[in-house]
Amino acid sequence: MSNLNAVSFREEQGRYKGIFAWIFSTDHKRIGLLYLYSIVSFFLIGVLLGAAMKLELLAPGKTVMDPATYNAIFTLHGVIMIFLVVVPGLPAVFGNFMLPIMIGAKDVAFPKLNLLSWWIYVFGAIIALSSLFMGGGPPDTGWTFYAPYAFKTNTNMLPAVLGAFILGFSSILTGINFIVTIHRLRAPGMTWFKMPLFPWTLYGTGWIQILATPIVGITLLMIVGERVLNIGFFDPALGGDPILYQHLFWIYSHPAVYIMILPAMGAISEIIPTFANKSIFGYKAIVISTLAIAFVGYFVWGHHMFTSGMSGTALYTFSLLTFIVAIPSAIKVFNWVGTLHKASIQLETPFFWAASFLFVFMIGGLSGLALGALATNVHLHDTAFVVAHFHFIVFGGVGFAFMGAIHYWFPKIWGRMYNTRIATSGWIIFFIGFCTLYLPMFFLGVTGMPRRYYDYVENFHGPNIVSTIGSWVLILGLVIILTNLIRSAYKGEKASKNPWGGRTLEWTVDSPPTLENFEEIPVIDRGPYDYRKNPE
Amino acid sequence: MNEDTTQNASSFVSQVDSAFVFIFGISLFFLVGITAFLVYYIIKYRKSKNAEATHIEGSNTLEIIWTIIPTILVLSMFYYGWSGWKFQRDIPEDAIPIKTIARMWSFTFQYENGLITDTLYVPKGKAVNLDLVALDVLHSFYIPAFRVKQDMVPGKQTNIWFESEKEGEYEIYCAEYCGLRHSYMRSLVKVIPANEFEAMTKIDSSALAINNEVVDSRQAGISITRKYGCNACHTADGTKLVGPSYKNIMGRTRVVLIDGKEHEVEADEAYIRRSIYEPNAEIVKGFEKGLMLSYKDQVTEEEFKQLLEYFYYLSEQ
Repeated sequence: MSNLNAVSFREEQGRYKGIFAWIFSTDHKRIGLLYLYSIVSFFLIGVLLGAAMKLELLAPGKTVMDPATYNAIFTLHGVIMIFLVVVPGLPAVFGNFMLPIMIGAKDVAFPKLNLLSWWIYVFGAIIALSSLFMGGGPPDTGWTFYAPYAFKTNTNMLPAVLGAFILGFSSILTGINFIVTIHRLRAPGMTWFKMPLFPWTLYGTGWIQILATPIVGITLLMIVGERVLNIGFFDPALGGDPILYQHLFWIYSHPAVYIMILPAMGAISEIIPTFANKSIFGYKAIVISTLAIAFVGYFVWGHHMFTSGMSGTALYTFSLLTFIVAIPSAIKVFNWVGTLHKASIQLETPFFWAASFLFVFMIGGLSGLALGALATNVHLHDTAFVVAHFHFIVFGGVGFAFMGAIHYWFPKIWGRMYNTRIATSGWIIFFIGFCTLYLPMFFLGVTGMPRRYYDYVENFHGPNIVSTIGSWVLILGLVIILTNLIRSAYKGEKASKNPWGGRTLEWTVDSPPTLENFEEIPVIDRGPYDYRKNPE
Repeated sequence: MNEDTTQNASSFVSQVDSAFVFIFGISLFFLVGITAFLVYYIIKYRKSKNAEATHIEGSNTLEIIWTIIPTILVLSMFYYGWSGWKFQRDIPEDAIPIKTIARMWSFTFQYENGLITDTLYVPKGKAVNLDLVALDVLHSFYIPAFRVKQDMVPGKQTNIWFESEKEGEYEIYCAEYCGLRHSYMRSLVKVIPANEFEAMTKIDSSALAINNEVVDSRQAGISITRKYGCNACHTADGTKLVGPSYKNIMGRTRVVLIDGKEHEVEADEAYIRRSIYEPNAEIVKGFEKGLMLSYKDQVTEEEFKQLLEYFYYLSEQ
């Protein structure tokens, strides 16, 4: 198969040279890497801001910063991590890079649109971040920009929502692109149920991106109407209702959580069968649960507002729907664990990330049950418990899946192998740090410590110390992981086409792939995870 | 959640806690169980032990089982959560109303007889109904020990009720982020015997003054600053919080911004009056505009005079 003349996409000479060969490239793989480098940079800024918050909470009273700085830091941390890192996260990086290869295509359906998405992302990021520095003094509204506080202190709400809207456009375009790619460009013979699971989750995600993101646009229009024309939508001073803003915000931002987590689940569904050397258990059940999550996920936003004063009927309806969305997630976990039954497991770094993903994702999901039930939600809402819950889902779920994915596809993307021993020690330190950082916050929440607290009473001190120490361990792990990967991208051993024994199509092409991925588009005649040696 | 100190602090505690224990118990069971399976499989079926995987594509029976069991469990959790909560919406008709006012960054409580306090007093064994009013931005009224929380929305009245069964003092927090001093927006609820509560709220509106035994202008001033939550932002000892301190304020020349332009004014009676009734007309340089609301129709002329005397007292020190 391998053609001696073919050069990898990294060496391919196009129309442009140097950095322009990247930022003007319409190759899905280069665009995926552009996203990777931008997202990882924002992620590192977000991590440092988070660590600064934890340092401040080491002791009651002032530790290292004043309250204004603290409030600005948690706002920035939230805005960067949610809008610039986790929402684009896996689809933009690994979706772009892997989707066409996994379904046997040469590129996405609209390569130019794909490049435009990245440019819009960068533009949106600049608007969103600059909005944080406009108006009087540093921003301190929290990433949710709740009215009327966000109107009151300074005027940054409009540009911030504008930034979210522009970023949303990037998301919508990526979604359209992936949906069309999946519909039109699957290799001959790849029926829907012969498609690997990562593309399936990107498909579900694409629909959420298209259908939920326009709500941000509507919200933006209403804010403009309020600010410019003085129509009272949200600001009670003009006769508006701040609760309406919360509804609109969460109608988008809750499905956004599924934009984050579905592709993470997809990546885990790729890693587990490869390292188990075994077909994934319940392929169809996983596909159906993916689509079920994408669908039901639209109707649960109200669970962010159980204490806002909504009617009782709204409360128990949203509570019931929230519990229903838990079922497909549970089904996925059972199937992943079931895959390991009678498997032959290679204990490699990506597998450790996937296995620990299951653990932290279960904690995140199960703690969500206590938040979905009305009686317990009222007590736990807006406390550290919620912060712990969503960090277990978003950082634990999405973050661990991202780490697993980067260690899994690293040899494919860079054509080199990393040092597995260092990678595994990085993982274990990170995992310990993660649990030490976030588990105490469940306890703090149960005992009543509200979130976004700069200062706290003495009985919250102990768990906060443990949590801060956890943040140091986590960062140590992160440094080890990143150093290893960066060094290996330049100096690692050359990787073969298929170092893990994977069965999906990306493992049949060169490492790193050539510009057009396939010399000849393959014909598919078996399921994606058929690990039998001699299939009948 | 089941600490001794908060057991039965309010009538909701046992229901909320049993729902929590139920959900937590099931969650822990599944977490431990599934993790055990995971670890067991990883050890048993690692490549060095099991070189050849068995080809299994799935099992419809298992899929049905592990769809139905979680469905039953989550529906029962929903039911527990709902049944443990619905009482919080049924406010008893005889509940004693207490008006609760939140502003950045303090709570004040007004009882039926007009008495205003910065600490919430409630009678033991009697239902109270708090009318929650937010004057500026969103706040959230939270008493962890009672398992109650309700957002306070400007322009919209919300309510919360509870009945406390145990005398004592419990923390009140603001749970919805409300700006700079959010984490200092705290108060206490004191559960006192019903007869004491009655005595306190039945006598006339000079109760506060009587309680505090006003002997000089200084104490009257302190009472007023506490009553209106002034101390959330201003201090009497020269410390700079969100607003300027009262200490040495009288007679000082201050640089203020009026419509963005700097002016020098002397802090006299007229200045103090403007600062209380039109707080955003002139802003002392170095402080932010828009953080203080007007106390027009709240601080009476008599109270204003007492405040003024208090400020003079603080400036003579």
